[in-house]
Amino acid sequence: MTGRPFETLTALAAPLLRDNIDTDTIIPSREIKSVGKHGLAQGLFAGWRYQGAGREPDPQFILNQVPYAQAQILLAGRNFGCGSSREHAVWALCEYGIRAIVAQSFAPIFFENCVNNGLLAAALPAAALHALADAILAAPQLHPLTLDLQHSELRTPSTGAIPFAIDPDARERLLEGLDAIALTLKNIADIDDFHGRDRRLRPWVYLRQCP
Amino acid sequence: MHEPHREHRLAADQPPASTLFEKIWRQHLIVPGDHSLLAIDRIFLHERTGSIALRGLRERGQPVRNRAQVFCTIDHIVDTRPGRGDDTPVPNGRDFIRQTRAAAHEAGIRLFDVTDPDQGIVHVISPELALALPGLTIVCPDSHTCTQGGIGALAWGIGSTEAEHALATGTLRLKKPQTLRVSFDGALSTAVGAKDLCLLLISRHGAAGGSGKVIEFAGSAVRALEIEARLTLCNMATEFSAVSGLIAPDDRTFEYLCERRFAPRGTLWDMALEQWRRLPSDADAVFDQEIRIDSGDLAPMITWGTSPQHAIRVTDRVPDAEHSGSSREAHARALAYMRVAPGEPMTSLRIDAAFIGSCTNGRIADLRSAARILDGRHVAPGVYALCVPGSSAVKRQAEAEGLDRVFKSAGFEWRDAGCSLCFYAGGEDLGLGKRVVSSTNRNFEGRQGPGTRTHIASPATVAASAVRGHIADARTLAP
Ligand code: SF4
Repeated sequence: MTGRPFETLTALAAPLLRDNIDTDTIIPSREIKSVGKHGLAQGLFAGWRYQGAGREPDPQFILNQVPYAQAQILLAGRNFGCGSSREHAVWALCEYGIRAIVAQSFAPIFFENCVNNGLLAAALPAAALHALADAILAAPQLHPLTLDLQHSELRTPSTGAIPFAIDPDARERLLEGLDAIALTLKNIADIDDFHGRDRRLRPWVYLRQCP
Repeated sequence: MHEPHREHRLAADQPPASTLFEKIWRQHLIVPGDHSLLAIDRIFLHERTGSIALRGLRERGQPVRNRAQVFCTIDHIVDTRPGRGDDTPVPNGRDFIRQTRAAAHEAGIRLFDVTDPDQGIVHVISPELALALPGLTIVCPDSHTCTQGGIGALAWGIGSTEAEHALATGTLRLKKPQTLRVSFDGALSTAVGAKDLCLLLISRHGAAGGSGKVIEFAGSAVRALEIEARLTLCNMATEFSAVSGLIAPDDRTFEYLCERRFAPRGTLWDMALEQWRRLPSDADAVFDQEIRIDSGDLAPMITWGTSPQHAIRVTDRVPDAEHSGSSREAHARALAYMRVAPGEPMTSLRIDAAFIGSCTNGRIADLRSAARILDGRHVAPGVYALCVPGSSAVKRQAEAEGLDRVFKSAGFEWRDAGCSLCFYAGGEDLGLGKRVVSSTNRNFEGRQGPGTRTHIASPATVAASAVRGHIADARTLAP
């Protein structure tokens, strides 16, 4: 958890409306070069962003194009973040400067990783998503996207408010920037009770400490 | 006929008609809520994502709460070439291994190190050592943790931050997932198996078809599967975007686990067994969704594209956009990446490499099924073939049976245990534009190396294709 609450964001959104964008694509394993959460932005979408094996930007890729290089929001298709559980995908997005993703749906582990890092993952039906992407692509400067998590809605100057879907618990955690571990440790008495009881009910579950 | 069943339930003080998943859920519920607090029985870590979680915890000044329940292995980026040590072809790979070792020692958790006889891919060693048991909750910062569902554990992949949470508290907060029962009925014919079943399921219902659900695999075809095949089936639940997959434990499961290294013994075993027998879903339990598949006329399956949903029969042709089940754009991208054309027969595709291994199909039964086809044969000229056992124990067993000799004389490289070329981490790769038939679980762009074209299939299909030099139907190469 970042401990940083998500406030209303107004920024340019880059449409990348593909389905099943996997975490290997978001951050290829070869780009995870050290044990840690940093130094990942360069590797974001490396397979799409660069030509060949080097670092020559591929002009076809949307984040290499003006004005989308400045985007802080990504628009994507169905099942965004599927595949590997690597949280590096979220760390890379955050480090690069992406602060929210609006997609048709998200893979479950990826979604949880987003919430744990203060990255907003908002779901929008396909039709609304495509209309939004078309409007942005036609005139990006006229369509800064406002994501209002308080009201679970997004706006552009021309579209008015469109509601998006987000799990209520995730919304609250994002809004308050809650630290999940600190929160759970408040239940420590319940956890101790449970384990006390469970050790009698299922003693076979509990292994002995390794020497 | 239902009476004894009902009495049993009342005796166990359970509400009527529960699914296997609900029984495990209830057993682990500490604080109910929209996001319930669940007890976690086992946490597994590996050197690619586990060391980060341990480090995160240390930075918070938090100890690991239940050290005896936490295990770590070195599998992802360890070198699989014989004579290995900490050095690996992966850039900075050695740092990951050494930092993981140091962090595991410091945290006081059990580590299956590079040279440990029990080392192997985390999802292969956990059932092998009976660290995974029926009815347990198991998490690991790795998406294929769902593999353990094959022995009746509720196991799922998490991120590093969630792993920190589980390590620090012995719990996770989880919104209760919906349930989906996938029933495969009908006897499986020869040369088809669990891998073909999961590819068929994902091809029919899409890579997001099980989104957010816990799947129970059931039906006569599933009950007839050996434990290792059940692990294969559950392994790919994550490719279906499910939280996890589960199979009800039965006598086959108990027999498999009995006497394994960390299995309960004596009276503890009897006590566990008594509880495990109550786990299967009640006959009248209701699932949120049901899918039924007739597995009677199943054929060997293979992927043509870059998503696991791009799977067809090995005897089929590459589909056109209309019949691909994908959007026109996704279809076109997949064709371009894979360099295949609609209408092309899969069996006409020449291959450059063949890979047998991974947490999907790197167990002894998988190696045996490939070896049956390779016995007395040789891989086609120009095909680079390798076999990487899923664990050091699988490797020893295969060598005891002489399978290593079959692989080697067929022209396969015979490796040490690990994930190896299942994924590209910047070290070894299969080459730009190379076409590989692989017994792994992911055919994403670049998964096995930049520009590498991966076709996923069963070990039998991989072996047959290696021999023929093109994608092949294993049924035409009967042992
Ligand atoms: S074998 Fe492949 S899929 Fe399985 S854990 Fe290793 S890298 Fe992941």
